Amino acid sequence: MNTLIAISGLGVLCLLFEIFNFRKAIVPVTIIGLLAILGLTYAEFNAPASFYNNMIVVSKFSAVFSALFIVLTVFLIALSHDFYEDHQTKISDFIAIKIFMLAGAVAMVSFGNLAMFFLGIEVLSISLYILAASNRLNVKSNEAGMKYFLMGSFASGIILFGICFIYGAMGSFDVAEITEWSRSAELPIWFPIGITLVTIGMLFKIAAVPFHFWAPDVYEGSPTLTTTTMSTLVKVVAIATLYKLLTAMNADLSDTYINIIIVISIASMTVGNIMALKQNNVKRMLAFSGISHAGFMLMTLLNISNSAGNLLYYTTAYSLSGIAAFAVILYVCKNKNNEDIANFNGLGKNNPLMAAVLTASLLSMAGIPIFAGFFAKMFLFTQTIEAGYLIVVIAAVINSIISVGYYFKLILAMYNKEANEEATKTPFVLYAVAIVSILLNIVLGLFPSVVLDLLG
Amino acid sequence: MDVTTLLIILLVGTFATYFSGDKWAPKVALLVGITAFASAICLLNQYNLGNEISYTKLWIAKPKIYLAFQADGLALAMLLLTTALTPIIIFSSFGNTYKNSKAFYALIVFMSFAMSGTFLASDGLLYYIFWELALIPIYFIALIWGNGDAEERKKAVVKFFIYTLAGSLFMLIAFIYLQTKAGSFLISDLTQLKLSSTEQFWIFLAFFLAYAIKIPLIPFHTWQAKVYQKAPTVGTMLLSGIMLKMGLYSVIRWQLPIAPLAAKEYMYVFIGLGIAGVIYGSIVALRQKDLKKLLAYSSLAHVGLIAAGAYTLTLDGLRGAVLQMIAHGFVVVGLFFVAEIIYRRYETRKIAEMGGIRAQTPKFTSMFMLLVLASVALPSTFNFVGEFTVLFSLSQVNIWFAIFGGTTIILGAYYMLKMFQHVMLGETNTKLFADVTFNEGLTLVIIIAVLFFFGLYPKPIMTLITPSLENILTQINRFN
Repeated sequence: MNTLIAISGLGVLCLLFEIFNFRKAIVPVTIIGLLAILGLTYAEFNAPASFYNNMIVVSKFSAVFSALFIVLTVFLIALSHDFYEDHQTKISDFIAIKIFMLAGAVAMVSFGNLAMFFLGIEVLSISLYILAASNRLNVKSNEAGMKYFLMGSFASGIILFGICFIYGAMGSFDVAEITEWSRSAELPIWFPIGITLVTIGMLFKIAAVPFHFWAPDVYEGSPTLTTTTMSTLVKVVAIATLYKLLTAMNADLSDTYINIIIVISIASMTVGNIMALKQNNVKRMLAFSGISHAGFMLMTLLNISNSAGNLLYYTTAYSLSGIAAFAVILYVCKNKNNEDIANFNGLGKNNPLMAAVLTASLLSMAGIPIFAGFFAKMFLFTQTIEAGYLIVVIAAVINSIISVGYYFKLILAMYNKEANEEATKTPFVLYAVAIVSILLNIVLGLFPSVVLDLLG
Repeated sequence: MDVTTLLIILLVGTFATYFSGDKWAPKVALLVGITAFASAICLLNQYNLGNEISYTKLWIAKPKIYLAFQADGLALAMLLLTTALTPIIIFSSFGNTYKNSKAFYALIVFMSFAMSGTFLASDGLLYYIFWELALIPIYFIALIWGNGDAEERKKAVVKFFIYTLAGSLFMLIAFIYLQTKAGSFLISDLTQLKLSSTEQFWIFLAFFLAYAIKIPLIPFHTWQAKVYQKAPTVGTMLLSGIMLKMGLYSVIRWQLPIAPLAAKEYMYVFIGLGIAGVIYGSIVALRQKDLKKLLAYSSLAHVGLIAAGAYTLTLDGLRGAVLQMIAHGFVVVGLFFVAEIIYRRYETRKIAEMGGIRAQTPKFTSMFMLLVLASVALPSTFNFVGEFTVLFSLSQVNIWFAIFGGTTIILGAYYMLKMFQHVMLGETNTKLFADVTFNEGLTLVIIIAVLFFFGLYPKPIMTLITPSLENILTQINRFN
């Protein structure tokens, strides 16, 4: 609870900075503030509690995921410094919005009441709509914002509809009460319908097939930093929330439900990967790669009672490599008006360090050892095989092979093509973010237990 | 001192090489390689004295993954091969200059690290990690420092990477499946499993995919010739000299003991595939116009025979396979080096553009001849010992296998001598062929010395590998 309050307070503080003209200090102060809040999360990890009539329930799960969100936000804020260099007057707004978005994210994983869950998702989504359209004079950004807003509000509507059904069936918004009721023998038909509708809404946010159509366009059109946010933080938030929703409300998923998850998971992986093969725009490519990763993450739902640790590990590995990759993309495409793969030609010569970071993060996403991405996949496969879904694992492996095709397209461009132009100077912050996140990724690969045992 | 020392030397050596800068990198890499070889010798000594050199430590608690390195005679033999060939390969590259050489040599040392790890690891997942790690450096070596048209090279290298990765991912599934049965990835646990024959069949197949692509066996060989041709010679040496031995070693170490029933049931199929590789490789080699491609196909033929030997599941077959692995490792590195020496002078790999070199450089000619003779398994060379043992074991399974496998010697002699004739003999070439330098000569002499020494006196290697092969054989026969 303290985490949530502190984050909201920090957001307000960011807005105040504008008034007092402290713009220069805003990025460092926010980062320090977030790191301090990370300490609060640690305290909450050891002391689970519930607040305000169960509106907020702080558990180990919520504390750990909140910590992950905060770490990701720290990276995103650090990247903002450079990204909004030309928009100094608006920097405090953008950063405040990001912080409020984080508040929404934390609310989404620590809800104890469906009303709070919906509040969280709306806070998160509305912040994102703004960020997607934040490049006001760019048609593409406007289009992305509009598209995302229309589709997103539609999904929110479906979620709300689902919540109403659940309320109709159970007579309560409180998750603990719903869980208790859901164990009774006779469940009204409204309950599974409600769960299905909420799941559909969340699958939309995760961008899983067949609810993925918005993703490539929105990713491509949005300012790159917003794309970074969407493909790392938001995806992680959405899958963690879906996981929490399902574990909180009915731990025993029916066979039909499991079968649907299997189909969606395999479809997401396959469609995402096959579409990614054809992309020439890096942001679109990563959008499709994100769709396929959503499919992998959905595999955790097949063994829902004890896969929280794996979900955490997978999302951490995925989002850290995503941050590293996007830091390089931000560097390469800074003064370009598109993000075509051709922009990466010759990066291996122009800037070997950044090229190495991007290579490492792509290898991590492709699941090559020794990076965390490999272990994430390995643990996921182990657990899924143990749960008896060998077929999903085989599909996942075939997809891992396909994914190498497009990840290597980028690597090949960096090392095997001649550069179009001279190297430009890299801002220190981009270096720092890229290197720290990839190092964290490698450390997690060497010591997976650090993260895995948090939710063991 | 245990085996981790050696791995640490190589890993630290990778960084040392990289940070020593472009000018010093080759020398530092060579030094690291020699140190690693020396420590491998120390390990061998310790092993012979009966000291403990294995290393086991729990790495990840759930699922149980160990940092387990176990060095028995077989692993040590492969380790010696790796660490002996690495400095030779590095040394052989001294006549060339590579741009960004610090990265180039660091990758070579790193690859040596990964391959040593593969040979030593006795935990399935750890083994898998090293197996995959070895792929990354060779990918970049072939991609960045390779020769020929960049677009074509890219195609060949990516195909190679995706092929091998695809195969090994199925191996990963097999390992995970085994882990859910056995509770850990340790080989000692995995070889205790009593799997049903259906399970064994699928696991055998998953492993087979990984190994058949790596070795390569027919019909999974299509990546090989192109990559050998496009990669820089150092890369080709690493690939053919050591890396494909990883596949063969893994067959003996992992595949056969874990799924022996399937190996027995389908023995004829797998031996048949190996032999088919022998004949196919030899015939295709006959038609090659590119020296490196010819050597690639001859390599295909030789490894086919080695694989056939391993799949006989007899002590002789396994022993012959291991001996031939080592012998082939040396001879193929020597032959590719010869191709490189010619390329340095004539800047061509087309056999048709060579010829008439003999008169200009008798020293080089005789060394080349010795290598060719070793390659066609002339008695008194190491390759003869290996090939003869393998053929003997094949004859015990079925005489026809030995007869068809034996064509490797006949066809091999035909295409190798024909190649030698076209490359070296004939009217004296108008282009000047400078005599081999001291470095080049030294490299070749070392390789030839090894081949003839063990050809005449293979006993040290025999005694080193036989006990561990006997162990593996008992594991294979545990279902009887």
